[in-house]
Amino acid sequence: MDQIPILMVGDCLLVSIQVDMHDQMALALQDSLTSKIVETGARGVMIDISALQFVDSFIGRLLNNIAAMARVLDAATVVVGMQPAVAITLVELGLNLTGVKTALNVDKGLALIRRMIDGEEGEFDRREG
Amino acid sequence: MAKSATKASIIPALIERSHETLLAEWMAAQARSGVASPISGDELKEQCRRFLAELRRAMAAGQLAEFRGAEWSGTRELLEELSRSRALNGASPSETASFVFSLKEPLFALLRREIGDDAERIAAETWAATLLLDRLGLYTTEAFQKNREQIISRQQEELIELSTPVVRLWEGIVAVPLIGTLDSARTQVVMENLLQQIVSAGAQIAIIDITGVPTVDTLVAQHLLKTVSAARLMGADCIISGIRPQIAQTIVHLGVDLSVTSKATMAGAFELALRRLGKLVVDRKAKQPGD
Amino acid sequence: MIVEKDETMPIRSPDDVVRVRREVRERAVAIGFGLVDQTKIVTAASEIARNTVDYGGGGVLKLELVRQGKHRGLRLTFTDEGPGIPNVDQAMTDGFTTGGGLGLGLSGARRLSNEFSIQSAPGKGTVVTLARWK
Repeated sequence: MDQIPILMVGDCLLVSIQVDMHDQMALALQDSLTSKIVETGARGVMIDISALQFVDSFIGRLLNNIAAMARVLDAATVVVGMQPAVAITLVELGLNLTGVKTALNVDKGLALIRRMIDGEEGEFDRREG
Repeated sequence: MAKSATKASIIPALIERSHETLLAEWMAAQARSGVASPISGDELKEQCRRFLAELRRAMAAGQLAEFRGAEWSGTRELLEELSRSRALNGASPSETASFVFSLKEPLFALLRREIGDDAERIAAETWAATLLLDRLGLYTTEAFQKNREQIISRQQEELIELSTPVVRLWEGIVAVPLIGTLDSARTQVVMENLLQQIVSAGAQIAIIDITGVPTVDTLVAQHLLKTVSAARLMGADCIISGIRPQIAQTIVHLGVDLSVTSKATMAGAFELALRRLGKLVVDRKAKQPGD
Repeated sequence: MIVEKDETMPIRSPDDVVRVRREVRERAVAIGFGLVDQTKIVTAASEIARNTVDYGGGGVLKLELVRQGKHRGLRLTFTDEGPGIPNVDQAMTDGFTTGGGLGLGLSGARRLSNEFSIQSAPGKGTVVTLARWK
């Protein structure tokens, strides 16, 4: 079974979901990420879903789980690159990506993780002013 | 149709045998009718010829009662094509239909010559011919209508795209001024467009200005909210500007939870956006000589 | 309503769920659905297909291209001979709030579809039909 590659960028893990995963692949990813965070002591996890053409409740739960698990291991999670059609569908679906911060792309995602790690970003509220 | 069903109609065979004569007389009938035709000469003759050929074929294959069926699909397509080309040339639906109706006169004449004195048979065949040509003529009108609807809806789409531009105010900040009454379809198109622009502009903040929207009902408010939620999911924030007192009242009255920052003016929203991005605007005059 | 085309495919394994998504996407593109509509029906299909495998013990999907007047649509019917759902209404409301797989998938799919219906009873299997119109 193909594995989804996990890269390290600075003290962040970067995962790019390129294929339409079937459920076992998704669960395998969750496991590898957990191990890798512990192994590397990573402070951030970035999941790039710009190639994902859909996000259903299973993937939604997956992302939530990864974020929750990462938080326990003191790492911040950011999901980047969500496509507009996917975002609109998710809103309609009523799925809440609780505990998952998002950014438009990898650059902004890295900057956000940086701010989160440095403690400049609140966990759940990034609105001021 | 009962009469012609009991005894097979001679129309198909007649058209087969005498199509050249029929063609000539049909052309003459059209010229005589005084109905303006945007198509003339060789092109018209070619269309008439094709029509007769198609008619022969279809009548040989199936009953007129099955006009919507497969045997008549060639005829339907031809009629649609004829309708479309005439419409493009500025013909009215009547002018287009009369192309078909004008075939009656020569066809009836041909039937009379062929059948002779059998009055009952002439009546039956003429009736069958009338039914046939009426059906075909009316179909051109249907095709005409459908074509017009397609053109109009395409124009509407283009209008929607043109009238709701997304403006890049600053690096990382886009604005959408919504203008006019918003119906469900239009709002959806605009919102999808906005989200797409957020991605391509890499905008972290989108300002949705509703100054130019006279009324906001529940449906529109819901669409706005969904767009804001979708933008947030993607990693961008929204600020709604141009909320007039009446709209604010309506929103509260409707019980809609507009849990997104809103400002009265676009300027106010822009200033807030800049602040959120950590930008500061300073006066040049504040600089001292020597700085 | 006229059915213009229909095909059937088995849903027995997680791989089939992936296939279902692909087939539904292709049909949706063929009908001329915009990207958002495509995504909605593919996501809805994914939810129900997964339920069919996880809770229904496997089943089949019937894909139909339908037409009503000048509107064209895609209708999906998922059938399984599994244990059935004891209380459908409850599953659809509870599941939504507690985040349970079955209920969440069902209510989610309903929200994403123009038409949605479900028949299920203990021991009688489950049939879910959903449709999206252009």
